[in-house]
Amino acid sequence: MKQFNFHEAKNVKDAVKASSKKSAFLSGGQTLIPSMKLRLSSFDDVINVKNIKDLQGIKVSSKSVTIGAATTHAEVAASKDVKKAIPSLSHLAGMIGDAQVRNKGTLGGSIANNDPSACYPSACIALDATVHTSDRKIEASKFFKGMFETALKKDELVTAVEFKIPESSSYVKIPNPASRYAMVGVYVAKHKKDVICAVTGAQAVVYRCKEIEKELGNNFSSDSLNNLNLDYSEMNSDIHASAEYRASLVLSAAQKAVANCK
Amino acid sequence: MKLSLKVNGKKIEKEVDDNTLLVSFIRENLNLTGTHVGCDTSQCGSCVVHVNGKSVKSCAMFAVDANGSEVTTIEGLEKDGKLHPVQESFKKHHGLQCGYCTPGMVMSSIDLLKSHKNPTEEEIRKGLEGNICRCTGYQNIVASVKGAIGKV
Repeated sequence: MKQFNFHEAKNVKDAVKASSKKSAFLSGGQTLIPSMKLRLSSFDDVINVKNIKDLQGIKVSSKSVTIGAATTHAEVAASKDVKKAIPSLSHLAGMIGDAQVRNKGTLGGSIANNDPSACYPSACIALDATVHTSDRKIEASKFFKGMFETALKKDELVTAVEFKIPESSSYVKIPNPASRYAMVGVYVAKHKKDVICAVTGAQAVVYRCKEIEKELGNNFSSDSLNNLNLDYSEMNSDIHASAEYRASLVLSAAQKAVANCK
Repeated sequence: MKLSLKVNGKKIEKEVDDNTLLVSFIRENLNLTGTHVGCDTSQCGSCVVHVNGKSVKSCAMFAVDANGSEVTTIEGLEKDGKLHPVQESFKKHHGLQCGYCTPGMVMSSIDLLKSHKNPTEEEIRKGLEGNICRCTGYQNIVASVKGAIGKV
């Protein structure tokens, strides 16, 4: 791995100040470090943000759950408050990677990386989340731009994510058998005004499946999706699943999610 | 950067390059070669150690990130010449063949048994998802973890 300078940021301001064109924020490092080892990415400066106090912790109000960016997946999965307010979010966190990855990997790191098969982006979309950063608040619908691409500027740090508490919700993931990333992940959330169906793993970036949402808006039941044929022209296709198969996985995962909604 | 941490209860201060991985620091600087490098792509789990009591993959963590932490490796488990109960159970239930994955398996199992006092077989298998063994077919590894329930 190429040499770099390691910085331990004391606070958000400190982290932003230390950033440059050739720097990276380090949180859990579960994607960043492997990609640096493979020399897919290299930096002059690595800024550790994991220990910044303002990036920790979980706050629950009557309407939302706000999770600090440096909160690990294991902490989210173990939180009784999250489990009570949005059980599907706690379930999602407990299924990311493996136990060791969950002990290091963080919410902020996951969404800033925006891997097309990451789980958290679907939660952000389905739970109509707001991403808090070092200098603004961004609606989740405007945050995830494309494959590994977000609305974040180079020196902008995710500080927290605020998830709206839905009436009911469920996340169903079809994991890759070896690596457990989402070959397809479907997050269905029934809000007071609408139903959101967010899909990850199936296309270049997380998206809302309007075809499913339309049916569920009329009749919120898994049977309402029985006769649906999803358009698979934009779906990913690889050795694990063809585009057509992925479309079928999205549909069956959505049906399961609707049936499991609580 | 100057690194100051505790490894297996011993205070250590050493100068390391910022890009040194924790696993390289443990193996090459401290000569604690019980922690293994298997895949080096954070899939196999043979490099699992505990940092502040939590199991992590030491090939996916910088040594400088462990500054001020307490690290436990497989060498730090035995006490007064006696194996740790989980090590003892792996021995008793023949939870290993070639032994390459075993240090990581043992470290992950201990963390699992700390967070799940009485895990089901399903919970054990899920808890060890981050550790790959290419010899045993996992049956005896699961039996070893079961055998150590209530002893951690």
